[in-house]
Amino acid sequence: MSDLAIGAAPRRPFVARHPSVLIFLALLALFTLGVTILAEGFGIGVISTSFVKTLGKTLCLCLVALAMDLVWGYTGILSLGHMAFFGLGGYAIGMWLMYARTELIVIESLSAAPLPPTPDEIRDGIANQIFGVVGASELPPIWAVAHSLPLQLAAVVLVPGLLALVFGWLAFRSRVTGVYLSILTQAMTLGLALWLFQNDSGLRGNNGLSGLQNLPGLGGVPQSTVSMWFFWGSALALGLGYVLCAWVVSGKFGSVIRAIRDDEARVRFLGYPVEAFKLFIFTLSAVIAGIAGALYYPQAGIINPAEVAPIASIYLAVWVAIGGRGRLYGAVIGAALVSLLSTWFTGGQAPDLDLGFYRIQWVDWWTVLLGLSFVAVTLFAPKGIGGLIDLITERRPPDRHGADLGPEPGALREQEADAK
Amino acid sequence: MSTLLEVSGVSVSFDGFKAINNLSFQIGERELRAVIGPNGAGKTTFMDIVTGKTRPDEGRVTWGEKAQSLLSMSESAIARAGVGRKFQRPTVFEDQTVADNLMMALKKARGPFAVLRFKPSAADHDRVAELAEEIGLTPALARKAGELSHGQKQWLEIGMLLAQEPRLLLVDEPAAGMTPAEREHTTDLLVEAAKTRSVVVVEHDMEFVRRLGCKVTVLHEGAVLAEGSIDHVTKDERVIEVYLGR
Repeated sequence: MSDLAIGAAPRRPFVARHPSVLIFLALLALFTLGVTILAEGFGIGVISTSFVKTLGKTLCLCLVALAMDLVWGYTGILSLGHMAFFGLGGYAIGMWLMYARTELIVIESLSAAPLPPTPDEIRDGIANQIFGVVGASELPPIWAVAHSLPLQLAAVVLVPGLLALVFGWLAFRSRVTGVYLSILTQAMTLGLALWLFQNDSGLRGNNGLSGLQNLPGLGGVPQSTVSMWFFWGSALALGLGYVLCAWVVSGKFGSVIRAIRDDEARVRFLGYPVEAFKLFIFTLSAVIAGIAGALYYPQAGIINPAEVAPIASIYLAVWVAIGGRGRLYGAVIGAALVSLLSTWFTGGQAPDLDLGFYRIQWVDWWTVLLGLSFVAVTLFAPKGIGGLIDLITERRPPDRHGADLGPEPGALREQEADAK
Repeated sequence: MSTLLEVSGVSVSFDGFKAINNLSFQIGERELRAVIGPNGAGKTTFMDIVTGKTRPDEGRVTWGEKAQSLLSMSESAIARAGVGRKFQRPTVFEDQTVADNLMMALKKARGPFAVLRFKPSAADHDRVAELAEEIGLTPALARKAGELSHGQKQWLEIGMLLAQEPRLLLVDEPAAGMTPAEREHTTDLLVEAAKTRSVVVVEHDMEFVRRLGCKVTVLHEGAVLAEGSIDHVTKDERVIEVYLGR
């Protein structure tokens, strides 16, 4: 072991070298504890169950924002299709939730019959229940393993992962970069949405999958409790995801992907297979997005093809930009803040703004405000909200006389760089 | 002296313009060679072909004892085979420290999984410190490369190339934009590097080439015009006409 060589610098543990990870985990634990105490499920009931679900969903959005930051902020690949992977994760878990619950309902309704139902009868009953709404009564082949929780859980990881692997391999191998890659990823998520919209795709067309908040076999457990389980699960996933991402972007791997972001050609001449690195990050982030989606949709209760429409992925990029790309906590801050504000503004709670000649109703005007703040952040505060942290830690960027950090379209702009 | 790189009969044209025209060129193991020529002579295109950035229309480029063809290899595979390249403009990773830049360049496994598992050993840290010493950047190890002066960036890039431990080093105009003192240091670095590997320096500064004191190849219109010692080529009538006589 070369680590044992004489004069080896003492190697401190990972979290000690990256205090921001420790701070993040502490804040997340504190937040989780606070919500647990205040919620109905196990606490004093100040926070409603629906708000717990909103918070739990927000944690999932933070996790997918981390994946986006990995791809865009660190590797410079502006993917505008990552919500496709998020949606696929949701569909994968939704299929099992819907199938297993319908199975219980069908078995119960058939148990009144004089003869015990055959497996075929049960299967037909389930197919009728689920697909009656789209006028079909056959279980499509895509549902072949929907009865099995382990297999559908595997699909949560494998389906987004494989799609990303194949798509990324084709795109990166052809050296598609910059805006063309962004357009290609938009086309991917649009294609997926259009396919899902069809009734004969086998996933109930525009009805999507519903009733996902009900866990099969746990009908007696109140939603206030279930919501807490998912909240904890989401918090745990976010914590683990954060540590994983922090580990990936630290050390030499982090050096290489940031180098790819700033000057891809130079990295090639160093001997690194750039395409393999991009493919690794793209696939890893798709898997993280899939897991985030699988935790999100049982809390949302419903998933339909509109969830993977191109606009969803653009919002994801906006969150990361507003939070500050190229820093993990920036992605989390951006996703949490913008999605919670969005819930508030579009939920009708925000008071209307009376200008005398016009009344601004936020339900309609929120997206305009979001768009304006995105433009403002890009122009005036490229480091995003995360840049405020630099004021505390007093990181100063090196003076580059206005030059960006590299020739790539995804390279950090001078204003975004910090001296970390 | 065995041949390390052999380019034979290579031609490439861009939109009808012949950038390289039936070029043949050989370099031996541990040889220092200067390539000179007026603008548009094909010096940079020649480097692009060897490093895999440009595919020639015809000809062969072979490498090493086994005369392996470089033409079917990707840029990164050629770099791993042992061809290092320094660009005209210093290209270092400005957002990262000098130490990170050097560590990234150290000769190690380059695949994503190997890099993910990589932990720098004491020997690696020592090697980085040694390289920093060699290029005179020890005090700047913890600074971001973007903060360095132009000359320091050039050295850092040379240091990164040495860290790669290439068998052949292609250096494009290393002295451009340097002060006289910096030029001298750069000459020393290149002469020193050529003791353990082959080095090809592309330059059009005659004085700098003279100080290198090595065999010179003169390119003109994409082909070799003359080859030999600096005194030999500067006496050549055709060289004087196309290059020096102006």
